[in-house]
Amino acid sequence: MADIEELYQEIILEHNKRPRNYGPLAGSTHQADGHNPLCGDEIKVSLVLEGDRLRSIHFQGQGCAISRASASMMTEAVAGKRITEVRRIADTVLKALQLHGPDLVLERDGELASLLGVRKFPARVKCATLGWHALLAALDGQQRISTESAGA
Amino acid sequence: MTDPELARIREDFPILSREVNGKPLVYLDNAATSQKPRAVMERLDRFYARENANIHRGVHALSQAATEAYEQSRERVARFIGAPAAGQVVFTRGATEAVNLVASSLSGNLLQAGSTVLITNMEHHANIVPWQLLRDRTGIRLEVARVDDDGLLEVEDLKKKIVELKPSLLSMVYVSNSLGLVNPVREIIAFAHQHSVPVLLDCAQAVPHFPVDVQELDCEWMVFSGHKVFGPSGTGVLYGKAERLEAMPPYQGGGDMIESVSFEKTVFKGPPERFEAGTPNIAGAIGLAAALDYLDSLDREALVQHEGALLAAAREGLESLPGVRIIGNGPDKASVVSFVMDSAHPHDIASFLDVEGIAIRSGHHCTQPLMTRLGLTGTARASFAFYNSMAEVELLVRSLEKIRKFFG
Ligand SMILES: Cc1ncc(COP(=O)(O)O)c(C=O)c1O
Repeated sequence: MADIEELYQEIILEHNKRPRNYGPLAGSTHQADGHNPLCGDEIKVSLVLEGDRLRSIHFQGQGCAISRASASMMTEAVAGKRITEVRRIADTVLKALQLHGPDLVLERDGELASLLGVRKFPARVKCATLGWHALLAALDGQQRISTESAGA
Repeated sequence: MTDPELARIREDFPILSREVNGKPLVYLDNAATSQKPRAVMERLDRFYARENANIHRGVHALSQAATEAYEQSRERVARFIGAPAAGQVVFTRGATEAVNLVASSLSGNLLQAGSTVLITNMEHHANIVPWQLLRDRTGIRLEVARVDDDGLLEVEDLKKKIVELKPSLLSMVYVSNSLGLVNPVREIIAFAHQHSVPVLLDCAQAVPHFPVDVQELDCEWMVFSGHKVFGPSGTGVLYGKAERLEAMPPYQGGGDMIESVSFEKTVFKGPPERFEAGTPNIAGAIGLAAALDYLDSLDREALVQHEGALLAAAREGLESLPGVRIIGNGPDKASVVSFVMDSAHPHDIASFLDVEGIAIRSGHHCTQPLMTRLGLTGTARASFAFYNSMAEVELLVRSLEKIRKFFG
């Protein structure tokens, strides 16, 4: 059970149950739907961009505990940051979730480090990356992104 | 079925005695693919070790023996589905290819621009996408009979659409792969015939669970996958009424499907060879025949009853869990239970069960339009075969109870 408990840590379960920044976002300037065709899950990410900053971010949609928790943590990690910084964080997380990716560390990356449990469950990596791909797509002005076309 | 009888059957399936994640494997993903009895592996092994040659081509002894074994497999399949003649059995790569074959070969004759193909809202993507491709290529119309809020086919809507839309073809599933619901196809086929509508029946999820007789059903075409009925992967079958197959042009072109070839004109063979261009999956067909021999060596009536008991126990067990909802409750069901849990998403359930050695499927099961109709993105699905046991059902229910508590 050790691996599975690492996957479903307390913090993940908590974000799953009480996702932050969940629901539609009034006055959003950018939106994208992330879609995982393997399972049919969808996560919509809505942004308010102001100049070079991500003023606010919400997500909504159907997803498993991993995809919800990951998206919920994501919103907390990137809200209010400069867009270049948002992209850097997204890039770090997406790389870290790959099988032999660089680690995330609690001191630097905070709660996001708890996502690493997914590495031992290759079938679930796309659950964890769904929201992040949707975020990048929204920043790029795309309306829809699939985990299959985005790679892992 | 008694415990010793079941234990004997389980011994015929080597994989059932292995462990997964340190736990005995509990294989409940039979709707995706079934496990194989030793008889099939031994037959494949014997073929490759002693009999391998190409068919229909050589005068040498091995080629003749392989040809004979391949053609006997065709006869074996014909007997399995009650087809009048072996020539009405076409080997394909699977149910998917069989549907694509029919769609391709009916294009330009039975199906022209403006013709209607009627399907249902509970089809596997294999019985949706080929028709969409044809629609985009040739301008046929694709119409869909409704299912109700519980996932059951609305038979009255289907009949109304047969009468009003005058489809050129009704193509539908016998047993839903996602929900296990069994459609009243006898009644539907008879009704379609009253209105001169031919029927293609997708039996991929029917043949593993109960005997199917194409003459009794009277469908024009029938498809299934060998790997779901305990045979090798890469095997499938298209059955057609003789005059229907006769009227269909080839699907793919190549060797083995021609009488003569010149650059001016090629003369095609008749069915079934006309539809089997190139070297087929010879070993696969022979292995499929071994699977059917194995299946028919068992008391199928007893298997049906045993699966019925597994299904009843699974339904009762799942219904006893608060926050768990079974999707697709109908009177007539194959041994498949699809369900959702308030506190846990199907993927979370599947990952947890996997740790316990229990293999189930989570997701849309290649039936996205059905899931959309039911307002779901997916379900968790446990699908049983005759080799599953009551103890496995009980373990599933106990594990689900643990998961429910974990996610609270
Ligand atoms: C009802 C039904 N039809 C068609 C198919 C396609 O079968 P295959 O993938 O073996 O071609 C399946 C397989 O899942 C199925 O369940």
